[in-house]
Parts: sequence; C-alpha cells; structure tokens
Amino acid sequence: MLRRLHSEQPESFAFTPANQAWADAQVTKYPEGRQASAVIPLLWRAQEQEGWVSKPAIEAIADMLGMAYIRVLEVASFYFMFQLQPTGSVAHVQICGTTSCMICGAEDLIAVCKEKIAPKPYTLSEDGKFTWEEVECLGACTNAPMAQIGKDYYEDLTADGFGKMLDDLAAGKLVTPGPQNGRYAAEPKSGLTSLTEYDSGKTQYNASVQLQMDIKEGVKRIQGDEVPLLTPWVGKDGVVAGRAAAEPTPKTPDAPKPAVKQAAEAKKAAAEKPAPKAETAEVAEEAPETLTAARDGKADDLKLLKGVGPKLEQTLNELGFFHFDQVAAWSEAEVAWVDSRLKFKGRIERDGWIDQAKKLAAGEETEFAKKAKKDGIYDE
Amino acid sequence: MLKDQDRIFTNLYGMHERTLKGAQARGHWDGTAGLIEKGRDWVVQTMKDSGLRGRGGAGFPTGLKWSFMPKESDGRPSYLVINADESEPGTCKDREIMRHDPHTLIEGALIASFAMNAHTCYIYLRGEYIREREALQAAIDEAYDAGLLGKNAAGSGWDFDVFLHHGAGAYICGEETALIESLEGKKGMPRMKPPFPAGAGLYGCPTTVNNVESIAVVPTILRRGAEWFAGFGRPNNAGTKLFAISGHVNNPCVVEEAMSISFEELIEKHCGGIRGGWDNLLAVIPGGSSVPCVRGENMRDAIMDFDYLRGELGSGLGTAAVIVMDKSTDIIKAISRLSYFYKHESCGQCTPCREGTGWMYRVMDRLVKGEAELEEIDMLWDVTKQVEGHTICALGDAAAWPIQGLIKNFREEIEDRIKAQKSGRMGAMAAE
Repeated sequence: MLRRLHSEQPESFAFTPANQAWADAQVTKYPEGRQASAVIPLLWRAQEQEGWVSKPAIEAIADMLGMAYIRVLEVASFYFMFQLQPTGSVAHVQICGTTSCMICGAEDLIAVCKEKIAPKPYTLSEDGKFTWEEVECLGACTNAPMAQIGKDYYEDLTADGFGKMLDDLAAGKLVTPGPQNGRYAAEPKSGLTSLTEYDSGKTQYNASVQLQMDIKEGVKRIQGDEVPLLTPWVGKDGVVAGRAAAEPTPKTPDAPKPAVKQAAEAKKAAAEKPAPKAETAEVAEEAPETLTAARDGKADDLKLLKGVGPKLEQTLNELGFFHFDQVAAWSEAEVAWVDSRLKFKGRIERDGWIDQAKKLAAGEETEFAKKAKKDGIYDE
Repeated sequence: MLKDQDRIFTNLYGMHERTLKGAQARGHWDGTAGLIEKGRDWVVQTMKDSGLRGRGGAGFPTGLKWSFMPKESDGRPSYLVINADESEPGTCKDREIMRHDPHTLIEGALIASFAMNAHTCYIYLRGEYIREREALQAAIDEAYDAGLLGKNAAGSGWDFDVFLHHGAGAYICGEETALIESLEGKKGMPRMKPPFPAGAGLYGCPTTVNNVESIAVVPTILRRGAEWFAGFGRPNNAGTKLFAISGHVNNPCVVEEAMSISFEELIEKHCGGIRGGWDNLLAVIPGGSSVPCVRGENMRDAIMDFDYLRGELGSGLGTAAVIVMDKSTDIIKAISRLSYFYKHESCGQCTPCREGTGWMYRVMDRLVKGEAELEEIDMLWDVTKQVEGHTICALGDAAAWPIQGLIKNFREEIEDRIKAQKSGRMGAMAAE
C-alpha cells in the first residue's frame, strides 16, 4: 500500500507540556545513545494528541531523538497504525477484517461503515466526525467480529448494535467497550467451563473495559494529564538499577553518510587541495639527447615498434628521435619527458617500447615487427 | 480434562482480583528469591527437563534456547526480549495473560532474565493492545512499588528492570529479528541469520526473544517441578497450553488445557460443540493462519499437539489458535483473505515474498470468483513452492502454506467453481 504524507500539512507541531514530559520519560527506558528506540511510542503519542501524524510532528520527533528526518518518515510510513492523513474528529474506526472476524460477520460491519461514514476508507464522513478502515487481525479472535475505536476494543458485535454504537459516539455518549453480547472477557459465552472457583464476581468489567470506564479517554485526544506520569524504573537515586548493574550497552555504530554528503565533502576537499603543477609529476622529467637529423640520413623504421604508427613516428622524428638505440637508451626520467610531449600518455611503458627498441637495435626481430613487415601494414 | 488446580493462568478471564495482592493470593511471586538462589544452571536445566516448547508458534525448546546465551559477559550486556506482538490471525491468548494475569509474566521475566544473565527485559507489545499495555504497565508499576523489580528485585540480589515497549501495527515485528529492528527504532525488516540474536541481537548484544506464554509459565514450572509440567501431554509435547478457539463453534473462547487433548474434547468441553453439529464441520485451521487447513472429517479425532498435527495431518500446532469453519463458509474466500493478509504484511525486503504474496493473492481472488483456468491451480501451487524457503524470514512460508493446504484439501471445490463459472451454472452450486 502506498503511504505518503498528506497533501495539506499543518504549520507546526508541539507536544502539550504533559505529553512532552511523558515523551522525555519514555526515552529513559533505553540505554544512552539508543534514544531512537523511542520513536514508535513518541509518534504514537503525537497521533493520540492530534489524531494523525503530520510532517511537522515527524520532524519535531526526529529532532528530539537526534534522528534524520527520513528515518522517522520511514518508520511512520512503514507501520500501518500511523495515520498519515487527518482522521475523524470523534474517532477513527478500525474494523478487523481478517479470516476469524470475516467468517463471523466483519463484512456486515464494513457495510455499516460504508453506509454511515463514507463509501471509501480513510475518507472523512460528511460531518467530519468519523473515518474508517479495514485492518488486519487485531488479536481478539474469540470475540469476533470486533472493531477498535480509539483506544478500545468493541467485541462480539452485530451490525445493528455497531450502527447504534456509532450514533451514540457521534452524540458524545460514553459507550461501554468490550464484549457486547453479555460476555465478560474471552470465556465461553454459555458460562465458565474452567476456573469456576476463581470467579470472585468482584469486578464489574474486565481489565480492558475497566480502564475506559475509569478514565473515559478512549476516543479523546490525549493531552497527557489523564493519568499521572509514573517512571518507577528510575530509582529514588535517579539510577535505573538494572542498567547500572549490567555492562554498558555499546554505542550506535556511526551511520554511513548519505551519498550527497559524501560527494559534497569530496568536492570540497578537492577544491581546497592545490592543483598539481605540471612540474610536480611523479617522476621528474629530463630531456634526453636528441638528433637534428637521422644518422647518415637513414632513419630506422620506428613503426616496427608496437604502438607506433605513422603519426607517432612523425612526432618522434620531430622531437629528434630516429633510431631504435635512441629509444632503447631512455631512462625513466627521459621516458617521462617524451611521454609528456606525446598525446598518448603512458603508452611507452604500456607497449614496452624500450624493450622492443633494444631488440630491434641489436638486430633482432620482435613478433610485431615480423608481422608488420610480412603484412606490410604500414606500406603506402 | 485439566483440573483447575493444575492450571497456571488462574485468572485468565480476569474475574478474580487482578492486583498484585490477588496474584500473590493465587500463589504467584511466592518464594521467587528462593528459586533464583538455586542458581542459573538449575533454572535452565529444570526448563529443559520440563519439556517446554516455545509457545510462539515454532515450538523450539525454551530451556535449550536459553542455554545458547553466553554464560559470562564479554563486556556487553545481555537482554531478554519478550515477544508480545501477538498478531497471527486467530491468536488472542497472550492478550488474556497481559491484561488479566500480568504478574505471571513479570515474575517469569525476572527469573528468565536471571537465568540468561540479563539485567534488562523489554516487552514488545503490539501497538493495538492499548488497554492491555496500560493494564500490564500498571502491574509493572505495582511490582516496582513492592520491590519486586528494580534494585535487588524480590530480594534476590539481582538488579532488574522491565520496560514495556510497543509497536504500531506490523505483523512482521513478531519475527524475532524484525522485532529487534523495530525495538531499535527502525522499520521492522528481518535480519539475516547468522548472527543469531543470542550472539548479536538487540543493540548488538546477546539477546533471547521469547513468547509471552513461554515466559509466563516459567515460575509455576519451577515451583511445581519439571515432572509436574512434563506430566501433561504426550512425550515431546509436554505441558499445558492456552488454546484460542474462534470461528464457528457455539462458544468461542480462550482456555488453558493439557497438550495432546483431542480436538473433539476441546470443542465439546469448552466451546459447546461445532455450530450445527459435527456433520456441519468443513475445515479447521489448527494453529493460526500460517498453518495449512485440515478437512473437518480428519480433525475430529486429531490430537492437539506439535507432533500429531505436523506428522499426521501435515499442518501444525503453531500458536494453538484454532479457527473453525462450518459448511456455510466459503473456504476459498477464507484462505484468500489470509493471502490478502500476507500481501498486506510483507515487509517488502525479499523479492519472492514482496512480489509473490501479491501475485498469489491476485490469483486467489480470481479463484474465489471462479474466473480462472484449471491449470492455474497447479501454477499457483508452483509459485507457492518458489516463495517457500526463499526468503530471509518465514513470512514467505507462512503465506505459501495456507494456499497449499487449500489446494491439497479442497482442490475439487476450486475446480467446481471454475467449471461452474465457465458453464454459467452457478445456480446448481448455490442450491447444493
């Protein structure tokens, strides 16, 4: 599924002071330098506060945790619970549609959403109060079909009951979450088949429902002051005991720099370094002895050197080289001198002119010379 | 049937006192320091002897897994990470532990962490379980206040912290290395193994990832003895187990039962039978969405344990999430919905899974309507075989198996539908 930032983004994002305190407390759960671990809980709190995750929220959280914006965007777009577009002002309704719920009637619930909210998921209802989507298994399969609205699970639903529930929520009424068919939790509907002696009958609601009935913030935008902030893991002395007792967690390895940054740095470094001058070539050049004309007016056929054609021969002649023995006598520095005057830098070494010239000067043949003579490749 | 006094999760339905006091009255947090005093080796050996196999689906022996952790630190801390990312369709057992019997889990976390030399435990809870998170955090806060966590936890001399962390709706984060990635604040993409988490896991440190139920049963096993736990179920399938039965039974429920209970007994005792009677049973997925479905007639006498379901029926116990489907179910559509699930949840890292899950779902979707050719059934089978085993994690396998189960067990249904669509005689099918 393609998940992108919404086309219209708010100007800014800030946690409420209580949510900010909560967020700071979450970071203490993770070892030093590993605060990026808190990214999901913080994004989630941002969504609880605003109803969805906006670009400013992503950037604010990235700054808080010292993360690159793209890393937080990656997380926000990877995890499906993050809504990247505005949701209903009252609630975002999530219908579980996976097999257990589907065979127990989830499709009827989706039909109710299409009728009462909007024909398409992630679209605001006309009054702007609701959005809906079909989600994957919410893990309340024995209480199928079910829906999550805000913080709460509404289980054992029927289409009629669900429709009425949406009306009540729209009217701002408190709806009791949990099983809607008279069950308590995940026990058999007809009565306990086990643990009968552990039914004290003391509590009216199961643990999940009790929380909503006590705090009543299930579909509210969370401000952070609904429940007191507790961080019992930080001891009275300000030390997290378990972490202090263990060896220190290794630091995060340095992240590789993005290619753009690497390129920019390389460019900068290159600009700062003085341009290499011609004289500072690796091997200092030294002018070899040259002739103004061929000895006895009879030049060797330099074309017999592999790598020398008519054009290069002419250049060599102009530089004052006419004989194999001249080439054979070049020192390293002299090679550099010649090299810098030819248009084919490095060729002397690559083609092994000196070795060839030595052989040819001594009257021997080289493979190439033999072939060149036989084929007459340079014959006019 | 398992007796109440042999049940570990005595407050599974939350009808009894849910506070720490209530938990202590039911025998939890009893002599925890004494168990820890017996030492690391004793704890690990007892867990090995108990025969407990991991309750997260794969069934790997828990004690053995713990023994892979380094005995002495090499300068890095060790971590226990509890996998509470219960997202396998059909599975809703850990939810009941966390909201109604959370102290079993917290006490288990302390003992297990001690056994693997960890001072810190992270519980990675699925994001949707918001109320469960609050209930579990309340129990953790209570335990800190009572001195059961923190410095010198429960008087054991072991300094220990439990941190509750949560995800945000990604099934893949139930895979242990994806979970670790997610806990580090990244996208939940599985890591290549090796290195295994016991060598380099969370923050690059030795880590063991265990399912909630595997950890929550630990204190009771240690208190009552390995023999007691091993006394339930057939050899190699020891213990008690939470079963979550959903779908077309009269009373869907979560219940703790002995391993190797017969399917019929499980359904009759706790679920009030199959909706419409046993003759109305079409198919069962016995272990959560990832295992192949089984035809109803083969299920009645089935023994609900790892070895029987895998060996005799070619399926698996998985998380013991039993999805029952009666004859009103469109089985092709039911499995197709699971294909959609895997397509939706593929993290996109490996090509065979990313592309394969979408491909398989699109074919399944046509099979539901019958708009396909007969030879496409074999083609689909081939593709499932090409996805299976060719990915970093097991999500590719999990996407392939339900389809393989469908083709193996219900090929005629698929063929009939294609033929009916071709000949335009849908009426005859509907009348059946």
